[in-house]
Amino acid sequence: MASASMDSSGAGRGSLKTYITGFVLSVLLTVISFALVMGGGVPRSAMVWGISSAGIVQIFIHLHYFLHLDASSAVRWNVMALLFTLLIIFIFVGGTVWVMYTLNLRMMW
Amino acid sequence: MMTTDVKTMNWMSGESEHVDSVEIQTFGFWVYLMSDLVLFSALFATFAVIGHNYAGGPSGKDLFHLPYLFGETMFLLVSSAACGFTMLAVHRGRKALVLLGLAVTFLLGLGFITMEIHEFYGMIISGNGPERSAFLSAFFTLVGTHGTHVSFGLIWMAVMMGQVAAKGLTRPVRSRLMRLSMFWHFLDIVWVGVFSVVYLMGVI
Repeated sequence: MASASMDSSGAGRGSLKTYITGFVLSVLLTVISFALVMGGGVPRSAMVWGISSAGIVQIFIHLHYFLHLDASSAVRWNVMALLFTLLIIFIFVGGTVWVMYTLNLRMMW
Repeated sequence: MMTTDVKTMNWMSGESEHVDSVEIQTFGFWVYLMSDLVLFSALFATFAVIGHNYAGGPSGKDLFHLPYLFGETMFLLVSSAACGFTMLAVHRGRKALVLLGLAVTFLLGLGFITMEIHEFYGMIISGNGPERSAFLSAFFTLVGTHGTHVSFGLIWMAVMMGQVAAKGLTRPVRSRLMRLSMFWHFLDIVWVGVFSVVYLMGVI
């Protein structure tokens, strides 16, 4: 009972299979990112999109397979806290980049 | 009445935790990780804004060596996986396996931080320290903050190896190991952002 309670939350719910799957997928995505840049011959915009997509997918892989976040009720509040944090980061980073990159344009008006 | 008092006392003392307290502590630690994520996002935003101001100095193209960085990344990724396998041993109560897993995780993490310090040292002695340009200030702050987190994680891991050896896999020790593994996986997630945004985007 005690052990089951500990397993139900946060990082304690993995199995050998989920860790191996997560690890293989992570290595694959890391290799894709590095190969895109080191291989060359790809247009710059394609590289930026490729790196961003691979990075975002890899972050979700880590969250799912290593930190075991999903839609289950056991980790509902962890997911809630993460979603709230992502909203803050979106406003924070997105707002900073938006304002600073359009600074010249704004100052001319 | 009596029972309630005892339960409260145990809960307060921290050593013999109530069943619910492990979940509360795990969630509390998760909230800390989320606040840490906001800290890192501030450093990422700073890097995004001033990361292209080279002040006539070197850019990422001149400084970053991708095969070296790939090795560094693999150290941290394999370390994160080793940490996951260690947690499986924790749940099965295999003390010797847990100690071995923690040692492997620790050494891989040490390999990562050693490579990072070596990279920083090489940049600083060739005159490309944080004072060289806005780009390098932002670079050293962001990557250095991550490296500091990893270093503190290593200290924590060493302490936990001592606790596992001395106390065994008691309930409080297992609960601490679980939070350590969350911290370690979290740092690997932040590193995915660092190598994508700072290094790979920096050389193209």
